[in-house]
Amino acid sequence: MINLQPYTNPAYFILLIGTLLPAMIGLYFGKRLKVYEAIWTFSFLLITFGGIKWHQGIALAAYIIFQQLLVQIYKAYRKRHNSTAMFLSMIILSIFPLVIVKLAPIFPSSQLSLFGFLGISYLTFKTVQVLMELRDGTIKEIRVRDFVRFLLFFPTVSSGPIDRFKRFQADEQQVLSRDAYLVMVDRGVQYIFKGFVYKFILGYFFGTWLLPRIAHVALLERHAFFGTGLSLHLVEYMYVYSMYLFFDFAGYSLFAIGISYFLGIKTPENFNAPFRSHNIKDFWNRWHMSLSFWFRDFVFMRVTFFIMKKRLIKNRIRVSQVAYLLNFLIMGFWHGVTWYYIVYGLFHATAIIINDYWLRYKKAHPNLIKHNMFTEGIAIFLTFNTVCFSFLIFSGFLNTLWFK
Amino acid sequence: MNNTQKVLNILKELTGQDLSGQMDTNLYENSLLDSMATVQLVMELEEQFGISIPISEFNRSEWETPNKIISKVESLQ
Repeated sequence: MINLQPYTNPAYFILLIGTLLPAMIGLYFGKRLKVYEAIWTFSFLLITFGGIKWHQGIALAAYIIFQQLLVQIYKAYRKRHNSTAMFLSMIILSIFPLVIVKLAPIFPSSQLSLFGFLGISYLTFKTVQVLMELRDGTIKEIRVRDFVRFLLFFPTVSSGPIDRFKRFQADEQQVLSRDAYLVMVDRGVQYIFKGFVYKFILGYFFGTWLLPRIAHVALLERHAFFGTGLSLHLVEYMYVYSMYLFFDFAGYSLFAIGISYFLGIKTPENFNAPFRSHNIKDFWNRWHMSLSFWFRDFVFMRVTFFIMKKRLIKNRIRVSQVAYLLNFLIMGFWHGVTWYYIVYGLFHATAIIINDYWLRYKKAHPNLIKHNMFTEGIAIFLTFNTVCFSFLIFSGFLNTLWFK
Repeated sequence: MNNTQKVLNILKELTGQDLSGQMDTNLYENSLLDSMATVQLVMELEEQFGISIPISEFNRSEWETPNKIISKVESLQ
């Protein structure tokens, strides 16, 4: 059987959009063809997780059944009771498959990686979010098929953007007027074409063409500067990798959002000119937004709320610092259990804590620096370089340079 | 003290600014509130108005101006 990975080449789009046409014609006439959409989703899941990747397909099916059980059991439970122990057990159970998969590379001889499939981390974000909202009472009812549809919404299944259940459900059930739908299709086309430029032209140029050449020369200088490997080529690698990372991932996100729009679903944006950020805090409001907002809402805010409510730490500045550390450390581990992802997390936690000191200092001394184009330029320059350095850590290239 | 006054007092504590003349200013876009200040805002509102605001309920776009906060609080009372 054939196996195709999402959005990897232009031909894939012809197949994807061609088969989507009946659903789109339905929406044009104000009708959502639910059965057709379900068959379409199932077929594309088969193409993605079938053939040589059949073991991923089995893992995905088992995962969906397991998470569905958790959600339905907790929903029924939550109607009568609300114990913290039960809630925490559910969260732990729900992230358990992801933890196993993330630990798999540490135990190479084990069979742990068999639990893995493309997109498992993104599906875990969605499930945890549903469990948390069931706890908060902001989701009271969630039918089996609604949860499956939300989890397996094909355009975003492999790598996000991470949507929220209530938002998704509202879009799904809304009957769009013809004009409103045409505006969405129009925007979808724009997203996809911008995605082509980002991923297939710029991402390809930086990532496939330029990056291996620079990596090669940078590795030749691994003994430079007292054996640290610090060379001009390493600096070049840092910038080129950063460009590749942005254009590749932003391009992919634009595809996912564009195809969602064709289905009448306003999947949230993932990037908002991140390299124009004027500080690290601003950066996290612009980079991989659906992930950073998820962490903001489901980790950072809950941790700070808990610490302050229980009065575990008196000093509010300290509270936010602890929450930042925890937030970014979890994000680091989520990327993978390797030293460079964890250092990447710690680096950003440190950067945002320093950023907060500076913002408080500036607030206390309002006449210190006048805001103008020059100071804004310096702020953007500093932020850009800090971010690119963090991506060099993230790339794992230092691991190759130093330890391989 | 009425609701408007109470909300403005809380916001003054958090932002250091009297916002009575800028009831429709966007607190997030203008960097007056961040996530940390939002948690403090939620706690103060819960305490002073005796309402409950689950974090999941806190959709920024519904709470982004002083006027929106007041109407949200009144709808939860």
